[in-house]
Amino acid sequence: MKVVVGQGSCGIASGARKTEDELVRKLAESGMGDVTVEKTGCVGNCYLEPIVDVYDGEKLAARYVRVSPDKAEQIVEGHIKGGKVVEELLISKTDEEFLSKQERIVLRNAGYINPESIDEYIAVGGYEGLRKAITSMTPDGVIEEMKVSGLRGRGGAGFPTWFKWNAAKNNRGDKKYMVCNADEGDPGAFMDRSVLEGDPHSLLEGMAIGGYAIGASEGVIYVRAEYPLAIARLEIAIGQAREKGCLGKDIFGSGFDFDIRIKAGAGAFVCGEETALIASLEGERGMPRLKPPFPAEKGFWQKPTNINNVETFANVPWIITSGGEAFAAMGTDKSKGTKVFALAGKIKKGGLVEVPMGLPLKDVIFGIGDGIKNDKEFKAVQMGGPSGGCIPAALSDTPVDYENITKTGAIVGSGGMIVMDEDTCMVDMARYFLDFTRKESCGKCNYCRLGTKRMLEILERITQGKGEDGDIELLEELAVKIKDGSMCGLGQTAPNPVLTTIRYFRNEYEDHIYNKKCTAHYCKSLITFTITDKCTGCTLCSRKCPVDAIKGDRKQKHEIDQDKCIRCGRCEEACNFSAILRD
Amino acid sequence: MCDNCGAAVSRSDFKELEPVLKKYAGIEGSLISILQKAQDIYGYLSLETINYISARMGITPAKIYGVATFYTQFRLEPIGEYLIMLCQGTACHVNGAALIEEAITDHLGIADGETTEDNKFTLNNVACLGCCSLAPVMMVKGPEGEETFGNLTKESVVKALDGIRARG
Repeated sequence: MKVVVGQGSCGIASGARKTEDELVRKLAESGMGDVTVEKTGCVGNCYLEPIVDVYDGEKLAARYVRVSPDKAEQIVEGHIKGGKVVEELLISKTDEEFLSKQERIVLRNAGYINPESIDEYIAVGGYEGLRKAITSMTPDGVIEEMKVSGLRGRGGAGFPTWFKWNAAKNNRGDKKYMVCNADEGDPGAFMDRSVLEGDPHSLLEGMAIGGYAIGASEGVIYVRAEYPLAIARLEIAIGQAREKGCLGKDIFGSGFDFDIRIKAGAGAFVCGEETALIASLEGERGMPRLKPPFPAEKGFWQKPTNINNVETFANVPWIITSGGEAFAAMGTDKSKGTKVFALAGKIKKGGLVEVPMGLPLKDVIFGIGDGIKNDKEFKAVQMGGPSGGCIPAALSDTPVDYENITKTGAIVGSGGMIVMDEDTCMVDMARYFLDFTRKESCGKCNYCRLGTKRMLEILERITQGKGEDGDIELLEELAVKIKDGSMCGLGQTAPNPVLTTIRYFRNEYEDHIYNKKCTAHYCKSLITFTITDKCTGCTLCSRKCPVDAIKGDRKQKHEIDQDKCIRCGRCEEACNFSAILRD
Repeated sequence: MCDNCGAAVSRSDFKELEPVLKKYAGIEGSLISILQKAQDIYGYLSLETINYISARMGITPAKIYGVATFYTQFRLEPIGEYLIMLCQGTACHVNGAALIEEAITDHLGIADGETTEDNKFTLNNVACLGCCSLAPVMMVKGPEGEETFGNLTKESVVKALDGIRARG
């Protein structure tokens, strides 16, 4: 028997390490010290962490969820010692569907194998793709297989992977580089983190296959410093792969040399752009430059360089082993395969969801994510982060693929899906993203540097109730000019969150500007708190009010002095009788 | 070299930094890695540290300053014993990160980028920690390592910070 505790960042944040310690202790106490306790990555049901799997031999006997340390004893005594499944901690049928409705290629191993053990990766067929590629295929054969698969870059732009590889292969150079962009900077996306933490070898294998195809002998992983666990597991994985001869000189006796090193990023969203990433790898400020020359021609240290994202690479070993056609059989005409989405925000069941491309949005949000938290009304879903846009509920039949999502004004991007409900103010969302891009603009292009600042100022004014006639039109004009006047993807897409919210939620902008109302009741300057007849005169709110704005005698209805009120909402939180009205 | 730099270098011997500089000597493009290690050792990049790296590695202080100020990871001011990294990612924003920030500010009396008077806590808003399903989230980095707190409420964040303070 074997006990496995899910330990991605989410699991650990939910207390998985304490649960693991407690399981080990309880097992020892019960004289079951020979039962091993192992770790695995994130299976994706983040909302159920900590998750504990009990294996009988190789078979998963039970999956327990929300296992806080105090529940370790129940599992040890009941299941492991007593041989009886602990029903009350078991994952429910509907929660199981969260996984069974998915199609997992990228996440095939995450949450099942121990990410710190190369033997477990090899046991599930790991490094077979690399073996096949370098011992029985030509570089052109590998690229052809990628072309058949139809895999497109999962980092955001959706550029065909084979095309980039082919360009890098055809450019001559005494040295070439295979670079992985693991600088997952889009706020609200965490699929790459999950692969890095849960299945690091699949990335290494994918990079090595790509390296073979383009003729590179060195790989570099540019990973966010904010992902310390991912870096630690990558380091372990690289060490193990070298020991086993899966990296290094003369891999599998094929004569192919390939090694990988890690470079920690230092926090700059713009470094997701290829040329900025290269500048950062070289120790410089991460500023993009004009293309051409493309990195495939002149990249890292002026050598031919190919850059792909983590998820793209994680698909590669599967494609080589199972064949490009099997991959192309999934998805839509132009968007093949599966895509991992990070489902978060006002969603009941948040986590990682991998589905074939082309599934309607609502199937992901309601079918898998089980709809909106607290049964509120679904308003919109934000896709593509700061470069993407908000898709309104009315368009929830939209198939999720590159073409259809782009038509809505958003982008598939790296796969962040932030769900919003009736309490989310769309003008504030636009303000939020502009605040982000304004801070992250590298400053090279005037339109991006100054334009995002001006747009942010207008949005701030609107949310503060100081919006003026003409603001919406000014935002639209600035948006177009910033898109046209910026050199790299950051500036070219920065106005998207504003444009999509204006397109679908213009009435909310107008309410803010002309009626001085925030219909989501979010923007502080535009809401008022009043006390209704439900008030019992308990005086609690008046004691909680930090500015002494609430007056009233005991057992009498209280009143709020609107001139004094700072709209902090503490009275609303304190009231036990729902007598405070937010409008 | 100006007088200032000379004086600054002589003030500390930078013993801990020496192995790092030796390791990266001659490896082109290592500046970011060097600055990361230096910040790990000293907690921040002081003018003295920048000048020392400059003198030893033959990189101008202006260039080092340029790189250090470009990336959000680098700090030019000292921080407290515990660094609170409050996530401002989209999922956290939608789930009320602003309220959590308010609660921290009320409780500790510090705003984003500031340090408490007793040097215990520094508050930093960060872009995204990637634990979006547990939003709102904060990571606290201290002598014991990193600890992540999820599903924060105004009450639980105060409790977590008091718990850390009680460790002594």
